[in-house]
Formats: sequence, C-alpha cells, structure tokens
Amino acid sequence: MRIGVVTFPGSNSDVDALNALAVAGVEPVSLWHESPDLHGVAGVILPGGFAYGDYLRAGVIARFSPVMRGVSDFAAKGGLVLGICNGFQVLAESRLVPGALLRNRSLRFASKIVAIKPQRLDSPFTHRSTGAPLHIPIAHGEGCYYADDATLDDIERNGQILWRYVRSDGTPALDPDDPANPNGSLRAIAGVCNTAGNVAGLMPHPERMSESILGSDDGMQLIRSFVDSAKAWETGR
Amino acid sequence: MSDMTTNPPAPAQPEPLHRQLGVTDGELDAIRGKLGRDPNHTELAMFSVMWSEHCSYKSSKPLLKTLPTRGHGIMAGPGDNAGVVRIGDGLAVAFKIESHNHPSAVEPYQGAATGVGGILRDIFTMGARPIAVLDALRFGDPTDPRTRHLVDGIVRGVGGYGNCVGVPTVGGELVFDPSYQGNPLVNVMAIGLLEERMLILAEAPGPGNYVVLFGSTTGRDGIGGASVLASATFADSDPNKRPTVQVGDPFAEKLLIEASLELIDRRLVEGIQDLGAGGISCASSESADKAGTGILLDLDAIPRREPGMAPWEVMISESQERMLATCRPENYPAVREVCERWGIPIALVGRVTTDGDIAIVEGGIGIDGLPNPGALEIARIAAKALTSDAIIHYRLATPPARRRQAPAPGIPLTAQDGLPERGMDPAAVLAALLGSPNLSSRRWVYEQYDACVQSNTVEWPGHGAAVLRVKGTKKALVATTDGNQAVSALDPYLGAQLSVAEATRNVSITGARPIGLTNCLNYGNPERPEAFWQLQEAVRGMGDACRTLGVPVTGGNVSLYNEYPGGAISPTPEIGIVGLLDDVSLLVRPPFTTEGDSVVLVGSSAPGLAGSAYAALAGLASEDAPPSLDLDREAALQSFIREAIGRGLVASAQDVSGGGLAVAIAECCMWGGLGANLRLGVLGSPAIELFGESPSRLVLSCRPRHAPAIELLARQFGLASATLGSVGGDRLRIELTGQGATGAAEERGSRVADALDVALVDLRHAWDHGLARALGVEPSAAESNPDPHAPDRPDASGRAD
Repeated sequence: MRIGVVTFPGSNSDVDALNALAVAGVEPVSLWHESPDLHGVAGVILPGGFAYGDYLRAGVIARFSPVMRGVSDFAAKGGLVLGICNGFQVLAESRLVPGALLRNRSLRFASKIVAIKPQRLDSPFTHRSTGAPLHIPIAHGEGCYYADDATLDDIERNGQILWRYVRSDGTPALDPDDPANPNGSLRAIAGVCNTAGNVAGLMPHPERMSESILGSDDGMQLIRSFVDSAKAWETGR
Repeated sequence: MSDMTTNPPAPAQPEPLHRQLGVTDGELDAIRGKLGRDPNHTELAMFSVMWSEHCSYKSSKPLLKTLPTRGHGIMAGPGDNAGVVRIGDGLAVAFKIESHNHPSAVEPYQGAATGVGGILRDIFTMGARPIAVLDALRFGDPTDPRTRHLVDGIVRGVGGYGNCVGVPTVGGELVFDPSYQGNPLVNVMAIGLLEERMLILAEAPGPGNYVVLFGSTTGRDGIGGASVLASATFADSDPNKRPTVQVGDPFAEKLLIEASLELIDRRLVEGIQDLGAGGISCASSESADKAGTGILLDLDAIPRREPGMAPWEVMISESQERMLATCRPENYPAVREVCERWGIPIALVGRVTTDGDIAIVEGGIGIDGLPNPGALEIARIAAKALTSDAIIHYRLATPPARRRQAPAPGIPLTAQDGLPERGMDPAAVLAALLGSPNLSSRRWVYEQYDACVQSNTVEWPGHGAAVLRVKGTKKALVATTDGNQAVSALDPYLGAQLSVAEATRNVSITGARPIGLTNCLNYGNPERPEAFWQLQEAVRGMGDACRTLGVPVTGGNVSLYNEYPGGAISPTPEIGIVGLLDDVSLLVRPPFTTEGDSVVLVGSSAPGLAGSAYAALAGLASEDAPPSLDLDREAALQSFIREAIGRGLVASAQDVSGGGLAVAIAECCMWGGLGANLRLGVLGSPAIELFGESPSRLVLSCRPRHAPAIELLARQFGLASATLGSVGGDRLRIELTGQGATGAAEERGSRVADALDVALVDLRHAWDHGLARALGVEPSAAESNPDPHAPDRPDASGRAD
C-alpha cells in the first residue's frame, strides 16, 4: 500500500512524514505540487512547513496549487487526507475542514512538546490510540484555532473535534491562557475533521515523535490509525 | 532618499573615493602595484570588499596559520566554505560558525536572519544538507530598552529564518555582559550531513565551462556590507547604514537548498559557491583562484531587481540567496531544468577562462565565449590579487600596561568568600545564581525555534549539548558552542583555552568524541595594538588547547572592529565543537536519572573566582585572578569520562562551569526531578568549592555498585575523585565538611553557613523565571506537560506564579 506526501515549494516537514510512514512500514510516495495526479495512493498527508513561504497568510497560496485539485477530488470520493501543521492550515484555507488558524496568542512562534488527547476513538485517525494523551511537538506561529460559536457548537455536536490540548490531569485546557493551551486555541482544539470524517487536520506533529530515540513514539498511534484506515479504505474499494 | 541607497554614506567633507569605500591610502598604493595602473571605480569597489577585513582576513591571516588543522578524516578545512570531517558509513559532517554582529546591531531581525541564511549556504555549498543550527547571542544589560529591542528582533530573526527553511535550531548560548551594550554578538553555527561522494568545492574549473548565477535577483541591498559595516567600528544605530544590511528570504533559500543539492547529486555542476560577503566579486574571484582559472563575466546577463544599478553596485551587492556555479556547456540545459522546476531564476553569466583574470564586460559574450564585437571591458583584475594574494597587514600587538596573570598551579589558597552579606545562606546564593540572566532557563528563547524538524533531534535545547541522530546508522552527532568572555577580558590566552576546554568537555560528557572545532573570533579594532594583542593571545590559546586535546580546527570566521563609542567588547572566542557518538544508545545526559544512585565529583578545584558568575553577583577580592587550567588534566578528564561511559558505568554526567559545582548539581537535580543528599569536603573557601568555576571537573551519577570502579578509573587517569552522596528526595542538601567548613572558616571570618539545603521547587522557580524577569517579557509557561526527556515529577514541574 502507498501513502502520498505532498511537497509544496517550502514544505519542510515532508521528510518527517516520509520518515514516519517508513517506520509504519508503508511505501511513501512524494507528490509534487504542480500535478493533480495522486498516483493511486491510498491516503494523502499534507505536511508541515511554509508552503510558498507563507508570506501572505499560512496556506492561502497552496490551496490554489494543482495538487489540491487532486486532493479535493480524492477527499470527495472518501479518500483519507491528513493535514499536519501547515497542512492543516492548507486544509482550512481550502475549506476541507472547518475553522481557521490565527496567529498564536503570544504572537510568537511556539516550539515545544504539548499534550493532546483524542476526543473519540472511533475515527479513522484515532482508532489505534490508547486514549491517553499524546506528547508530541508543536512548531508554528499561526496555530490558534478559531471558528465562530455556531461552528464550534456544530463541530462539537458532530464529533468533529478529534484532539484537544490537555493539562497534566488530562482535562482540556479550555482557557486560552492556560499554559497547556500553547496557542490560545478556542475550546482547546488541536485538530478537527470534516463532517464525513475522512479529512482531518491538526497543528501538533505526530510524525516527528515516531521513534523512541526522538523522545517517544507517541505520534505513531495517530500515524498507524491513519495508515490502517487507508489500507481498509483501499481494500474496500 | 535614493541617493542614500545608491552611494556609500556621504561624509561631511568630500573624501577621495577609496576612503569612502574603506580603502586606506597605503592600500590604494598596493592596488596600483597589483594592477600596474590606477583602478577604475568598479575595480576599486571590488578591491574594497575583497580587501576588507571580513573577506581577506588581512590582519588575522598570519595568526590563523598557526592553528592545528590536521586530523583524522578531514576532507575540507580552513579556506573552504565549511570544514568537512568523515564520520564513517560513507558519510561526513560539514560545519562552520560565522558572525553577523554589525548587521544585527543595525537591523536586528534581518541581520540575524541573514546570518542564519549565510551560514546555511556555506554548508549546502559543500554538498551537505543542513541539519542543525546553533545560535550564540551576546547582549548588554537585559533591563535596558535597547537591549530588549535587540534581543526580541534577533531571536525572532534567527527563528524566522531557521523555522521557515526547515533546519532545526538545537542549541547555542545567550550571554549578557555590559561590554556588549553597543555591539551585540550574533554568531551562528550550522551543521550539515553529506555522503562523501557529494563533496564539492567552490571552484571554477575547466576553461570554456559555463558560469551560471541562480537564485534571487541582484539588488542594492547589502552594498558595502563587508567593507563598510563589518570591517569598521561603528556608531550606535547609525540609520545611514541600514541599506548596507541584507534582507533575507528563507523561502528562496529553501528552494536554493533543494536545487543545489540536486545539481550536486546529479553531478551537473563542476564547482559551486554561494554569494555572501563581497557578492559576485568574491564568489567569482575565489572560485577562479582556487581552480587556477579566470572568469569572463557578462554584466548585462546578471538579473537585477531594480533598474539603473551602476556596474560597481552589481559587482559588490550582497543580495541574499544567490549561488554561482560552473557547469559543462552540455549540462547547461539540465541545470536550467532543475532550477526552473524549483522556480529559481537562472542566468548564464560568463565563461571560465585561462588567463587567471576576473574580467567584466558590458555588451555581451558570444557563443564562442569571447566578448561580442563592440563589447566594453569595464574591469579586469587578476583573481588572486583579490583573494589569495590580497594585502596582509602585520599588526602591532601590545599587551595592556596592567593585566592579571592566571595563578600558577599550586600557588597557596587564599580565601575569597565574600558573599554579599554576613551570614548569607548559600542556598540563597545558589537560587540567585540560577535566577540570574546568564544561568537561568533559556526556554523563552528556544521555544521560538523549531527544534525537531527533520526528525533527528535526540536532545532538545536546554540541557547541555545538542544531540542529533544520523539516520540509517547507530551514530549521533553532538554539538555545542561555548565562549568565555569574562576570563578573556582578564587574560585572553586563558579565556580562549577555557572556551575550547569547556566546549569539548560539553561534548565529551555525553560520551562523544570531539572531531572538529570551528571558531568565531569576536575582537576589537586590530589597528589598536592592545586589541590585536588580545586576538593574538586568543589564537595562541586556542591553538595550544586544540593541540593538547587533539581537536583539529576545521574553519571559522574572524569578526574584528567590534567597538562602539562606549568601548570595545570583551574579547569573545566563540568555539563550536562537533562530536561523534558511535552508538547513540550509550548517550549520557546531565539529569539525574535514578533515586539511590551515587553522585561522584571528578577533578579538583583551584583558587580564583575572577570571571565567575559568583564574582559578578557577589563582588570580588581586588587581587583575585581566574582559576588556572591544566590542559593535560583537561584531556585526561575528557578521556576518562568517554571511557567510563563506554563501559556503561555512568547514569548521568554534567560538567562544572558557569556558577560552579552547586549550579551543576542543581541542574542535574532540577532537570531530573530528583534531589540529592551530599557531603562536600572544603579545604579552603566554601565559596570556591560551591561556586568557583575552575575547569576540568564534572559531576556524574552511577549505580552505587559502580562508584568504586569509577573512582578507580579516575585514579588511573590521574584525576581526583570523591563520592559525594546519593540521589533522592525533593531537596538539594550539600553538607560542608573539613577544615574549610564553618567551624574553622568562621574563625577566619568566613560568612558561609555549613550546609546548603533547599527545596528543588524553589530552585526550579528561580531558574524558570529568571530570564523572562530580566527581559521584562511574558514568562514562558512552566512545563505543564512532561517533556520526553525530563519526565514530569512532583518536584520538577515548577511552581506557578
């Protein structure tokens, strides 16, 4: 089975996604931004980085690239798409997932290990999670999740909030000023999915905590969930 | 205001052109000698940047030649863009440190950002993929508004560039010292990894080959950066110099990295050089001189970002993110294809020639490689006159009239325990040191840097040396920067030795073997004999230390003229070390790991508190001196710890440096979330034992059953050692015993109590918040979630405000 990782000019965490997929034992395929052809992959990762430099606003140019046409079509057919960090920003700009990512509340880039907790264990992106918080890094300047109250209520009701930043006792860091909420995200939202549940994005980097030598392999719970679901989806077709 | 950007700063009285460009009258005579005629404006501009201190090392070259540069596995060294050392498995590591001090003082964000961009280009120009950045930053008073402005801008600049380009910033330094008040230091080290077969040099071989320029277009930014800005003392925040600062585009650099490495990997280019200081003048003349060729440049073919640029501006522009490469004509279409795929402008700008000259024409070059009929030659200079044969100044070196000598080993102990007030609790001194601007947690800084992109980071910033695994092997690279300006101000020879000793020790205590040293020498105006003497002494000290410790110097950078109207900086030898750990599973870190482990001190203390953090806090006896260094003992200590770690005897290891033994142990406790119960024998002064910074010491922890073997091994290396006690609890207790402890010391007027006893939570609080308090910034949140390397324990989490 093959999983695609998109490389936009300026993507830099594509190497981390490719590495984590190799750890998961699947064949990673690099997808170039200029072609909408996804080469028959069973799932797509939009990686972290600064696509097209992100000088205007994170993800805003990448959404117009040819590969995103392919990704949108793929998602519409039920294919699994995971956006990590800049990839999440691209998905949000593309309206493939709800909400927007604003500048961090601190107005500074934030790089640290955070704790996020899966909010449901029956989604394609979380079903192999233990349910305990994952300790994985963030590295972003624009990761403050924002949506209007109606949207927030909607996605909460629909179970579209997949991960929340949590405190050391496991409770969500709902206060935007809580130190466990690293960017001031509303309702402590670290990652969400679309209504169909096959497109998800999150700001933290599970693919960078893929091996114990790097501190932990917590991130592989998420990557393996995604890979297994992609495998099942491909088999089901 | 366009005049301001097109011309060098206009002096009050009209001066001859050469002086406006920073060329002395004597140098002008030498230029006439090289050319056999008067230079024209373009040629003079080219000489001015190439003969600048920054590009020519005209003052420091005779000194640098004395450094030991040979060593095992060295593939490239001084004179190349970066040092390259083999690490086995067909791989090699490229690394170098460089300064961007004056640009950062003028325009902090762009100055620091382009400092990162410049050093990264030095790495990938060698064929290596950049895998890490370390930033060594030095400022004046942290409470001063201008310092705060510089810190904020420079930290944002380093992060803004490194984060975007996708290279993790994994370590460095942040030091405050009054001498940097008007002249901050921004030294950036970069590390790259390459397959040996990828190594490529900055040459322009093969007459007839094409010379291509790719990357960003050429504009008026950074005109005179090397000559006017980097090679002269400068006044505080002179706005007229802002146009001499380059502007960085990390997105363009990211594309340049990918395109350059693809060109090298596919062997489409014969040689490649980045455009940094001195712009196209420097890249073309160095590439030609190295290959023994010449280059004919077609000025009209150089893509500009603005109209109306004079030839001399094009030739010395320091616009960023540009590369000059040589390729065979038949490979040019493929070179074009690669650049275009990455969206990078590329232009065929010249040919490699046989005449050894850099010749510049307007009016184009024909397909025969000769200037078109009617083309105008606007400059012609022998490449070597600009580079290897540039002027050298043998400067006068004079020691200052009054200076302190380091005490000879074995001189009688004197008590220097002037704690601030009588009866002061050493625990309070320890907390004050841990909360001081130079020793407190650097979290506020490094949390603004992506530390883990590329999935190699084994040891995150904050706890000593950076550790990066080498994918596909069991190996890891260990890297650190250290520079001791406080002792250098008193004794530049000793200060440089101490800097090398500390940097190598920081690598050795992880179990790694230092394989190469890069250095950034930040000194004052070399035309002042006293400043030049400091540089001379530092190079001598660095060389002696490298020879004894067996570490080759693989390259570096000299930054002179670090002076401002308020004075000169303290001499600052910034040392970057890369070490190799053969088996990353044997990596040892500083934090205590296990309750009940034994704590062993290896090495012995010497008198002298001058230059220490304690002296800065508590004041100093007037005739005190820095502690001495015995390089043989330092070498023995480092061999000992690598051997002990290799035998699997060591659970944790930490070197004793800033703040002394008490701070070193406190860090092991805080970072491990474990206390300790210790007894420390005091012969002379408690302040020296607890807070003195004599070198060649380390604190390790081990299983109790291994302590005798470790002490025996230490004796075999001729080192003193003592088992101080054990790890455990939630307090740090150090009981002082022996003739120097309270009873006897009190009679001599000692002011130190007989024990240091403090809750870790209090130390942690001081350490966590010290920097943010000093800078007046929002304190970074205390760790609310466990860091994978510092598991959350009740004592380690820090106290909320």
